[in-house]
Amino acid sequence: MSESVPTVEAPRRGLPPTDGEPGFFQKYGMPIIFLAPTLVLLGVWVVYPTIRTIIRSFYDRDGDEFIGLDNYETLFTDDTLVTAIKNNFLWLLIVPAFVTAIGLVFAVLLERIRFSVAFKVVVFMPMAISLFAAGVIWRLMYEKDPSQGTVNAAIAVVKDAVSPSGVLSAAQPSTDDLQGGPAGGLVLEKPLAAGDVAQLGLTGIRSSDVPADAVQAVVPEALAGGITGVVWRDFKPGGGTPGEVEKEELGLPGITVELRGEGGGTVVETQTEPDGTFAFEGIEAGLYQAAIGPDTFSEPYAGVSWLGASLITPAIMMAYIWVWAGFAMVVIAAGLAAIPRDLLEAARTDGATEWQVFRRVTVPLLAPVLTVVFVTMLIYVLKVFDIVISIAPGSVQDDANVIALAMWRTSFGGVNDLGLGAAIAVFLFLLVIPILVLNVRRFRREM
Amino acid sequence: MRYRWLVFALIVGALAFVAAGCGGDDDGGGAEGSEDVTGEISVMAIWSGEEQERFQEVIDGFNELYPNVTVKYTSGGDNLAPLLSTAVEGGNPPDLAAIAQPGLMRDFQGQDAIKPMDNLRDAMVENFGESVADVGAIDGTQYGLFWKGANKSTIWYAVPAFEEAGVEPPETWDQLTEVRDTVAAAGITPYSVGVDVGWPMTDIFENIYIRSAGPEMYDQLANHEIPWTDQSVKDALTLMQDIVGESDNMVGGTEQAVQTEMPASVANVFNDPPKAAMVVLGDFAPAQGEYSLERETGYNVFTFPSIEDSAPAVVGSGDIFVKFRDSPAADAFLEYLTTPESAESWASSGGFSSPNKNLDTSIYPDEITRTTAGALGEAEVFRFDLSDLQPSAFGGTPGQGLFKAFTDFVQNPDDIDGITQQMESDAAKAFGS
Repeated sequence: MSESVPTVEAPRRGLPPTDGEPGFFQKYGMPIIFLAPTLVLLGVWVVYPTIRTIIRSFYDRDGDEFIGLDNYETLFTDDTLVTAIKNNFLWLLIVPAFVTAIGLVFAVLLERIRFSVAFKVVVFMPMAISLFAAGVIWRLMYEKDPSQGTVNAAIAVVKDAVSPSGVLSAAQPSTDDLQGGPAGGLVLEKPLAAGDVAQLGLTGIRSSDVPADAVQAVVPEALAGGITGVVWRDFKPGGGTPGEVEKEELGLPGITVELRGEGGGTVVETQTEPDGTFAFEGIEAGLYQAAIGPDTFSEPYAGVSWLGASLITPAIMMAYIWVWAGFAMVVIAAGLAAIPRDLLEAARTDGATEWQVFRRVTVPLLAPVLTVVFVTMLIYVLKVFDIVISIAPGSVQDDANVIALAMWRTSFGGVNDLGLGAAIAVFLFLLVIPILVLNVRRFRREM
Repeated sequence: MRYRWLVFALIVGALAFVAAGCGGDDDGGGAEGSEDVTGEISVMAIWSGEEQERFQEVIDGFNELYPNVTVKYTSGGDNLAPLLSTAVEGGNPPDLAAIAQPGLMRDFQGQDAIKPMDNLRDAMVENFGESVADVGAIDGTQYGLFWKGANKSTIWYAVPAFEEAGVEPPETWDQLTEVRDTVAAAGITPYSVGVDVGWPMTDIFENIYIRSAGPEMYDQLANHEIPWTDQSVKDALTLMQDIVGESDNMVGGTEQAVQTEMPASVANVFNDPPKAAMVVLGDFAPAQGEYSLERETGYNVFTFPSIEDSAPAVVGSGDIFVKFRDSPAADAFLEYLTTPESAESWASSGGFSSPNKNLDTSIYPDEITRTTAGALGEAEVFRFDLSDLQPSAFGGTPGQGLFKAFTDFVQNPDDIDGITQQMESDAAKAFGS
């Protein structure tokens, strides 16, 4: 090839060629003029930054000392960064597959329902929202407090229907006389016999949670042949003396008090009066214990900690899948519409079940479209950033970290180590390349 | 933005040249003003908008005493630090600037970019007290004038919650613990904790540490002269457990606290009905949003309680004036800033806390400001926010160093040994490099 290089005449600007051979300018001029703006833009915003980033990744934080591969070593040894890489691989494994599968299911099912357009619009809608905004929405939905987070509120409705929370969920015993916890209820430690008066003081009850019919608590008279007692809110402004029924302290009405025998089983139970008093009349001789059952204290549903360290990555993935399922559905539905109906009909005529038609005919015919969706998602997922930073609270961003977020946080988010940040960027670039090559090859084949 | 700065720098450069040529004699005592001092000086700070107007009033006050000095103020906004660094590198800094980071002041001093102002040291000590004056000192030389402060030694409380529980704002740590227990007995969650990315927890720790270990230890810890594994750190963390150690004491428990961001932690206390009785946060808490409780009658503030009779101490931050170029006019302006008069106009309009001891606190617009700003002036001990004094990789980066360590501490409050070891190894790394 070296000796066969054709000699090209120097271009003569504006002059027509002197002979039949087209000059350099004639041959390449127009393409160059048309390509120049793109080339300049690509050069300034893609090629130069890429090269500069690669060079920068071999320098230290300040950019004036060459440190070889040190940044890359840090990349694979630093805990935070390793977590980011691990998380990113989890994303790669889970999200593209889910998005494609859910998109496929939606697309296939949508062919069979009425109002499919309306449904498509609804599923596709999240695509119209920016990922960041979607992140903010899900962040609010994932709030732990069921009174704020939609997701937990939904769970709480179900949970409270199954096991309602107790009237005094936050209550605590006011003195050590009362033993036990929310699981088994509170038990007055001192054994009681007929004629005794039991005092069951509780604190930690907000005044607004005290039933409206409650009145000043009183210590009841002892009862011959029976056990009496009082359940009261052992608190007055300032605290008061624990264990003593004082002025301004209210009785707790409507509390179920159990009298337990020596074996532990409940002998009899009763409800307290507005002043908190209760009485068990005509009981047999022997020792008993007064208790308030666990139902009274069962806590309201506290909510799943979606934004906590352990669930944050699955939670973000869920939001991401929600956004992208619509995209997958629309693309796959388009592919589905292009499948010749007669093939499906032929399969059905030959006696294939619907599942077999789906599995053996529809899916193979859709394979190219499914690959497009899958590969697109692979690339997007590798670069995932905005939804992670908008959903994960600051305290768990380490646990939710992905490569792109790690790059940003390392370069600009406080660490300000541009060298290490550049190394992360280069690493991400290297990861994307194989998928890009795959994609380009496939495009070529199709053309 | 940058273009404007360039034009500004050119003008300033030219004018400073003129000013240097025709500056009058400095006769020392400037409190009563002088018509002899002439020239023009440029000042930069972050204040913009309303704050800029307030600072312009300060300049007007100065001009009443020095009619022949022109002070040109330019706001650098949030980009002040990079703007100044660039200007210093380009050789065209303003005459004076107010910066919020002591670290930046040290950087400038290392580059010989700022001038000493030892001549003002006496006036500063007299007006601000020694420990505030020391904020601007580097190795015994005065390079900065700490003029506008922020008080981080405050605890905010919901008045209805305190009334319902029948408690009064505490003055000592033991009383605070009692208040916590009484409030809890009344069925109200005592604390709203917003771990955010971790910095609000460092503020709580610093406030405990300066009281339990004392200001000298605080300085040593700030300079990493004692390790984070020191017993004093462990003791302070043990005290801190009283606030963040018990899940039931925090709104939504530990899990929720870790996910709560700072503004939300304020809203828990400042909204009706309050979800918690107290939030430990600096004087900037009310500025985080709109709240349904009224100022003072609905939410109020008390000073971080003393621990075992510790002297009134304030951990804070604020703006420090530094001088890039010597001139009689610049000296006159700095001297004016040491006087209580310089703080009066802004203090009376609100949004300003002066560390000046000689400023009459009755000038502040309301009771809350009198408490927060007054404490700043009355503090026997003032220290700059410790995490702000650390290398940023250790003290200022989410997910790293102190921020991460305190997030871990809230989640795992009993592992004091592990946490302090983690702090120490992170600190050693940051100080080593």
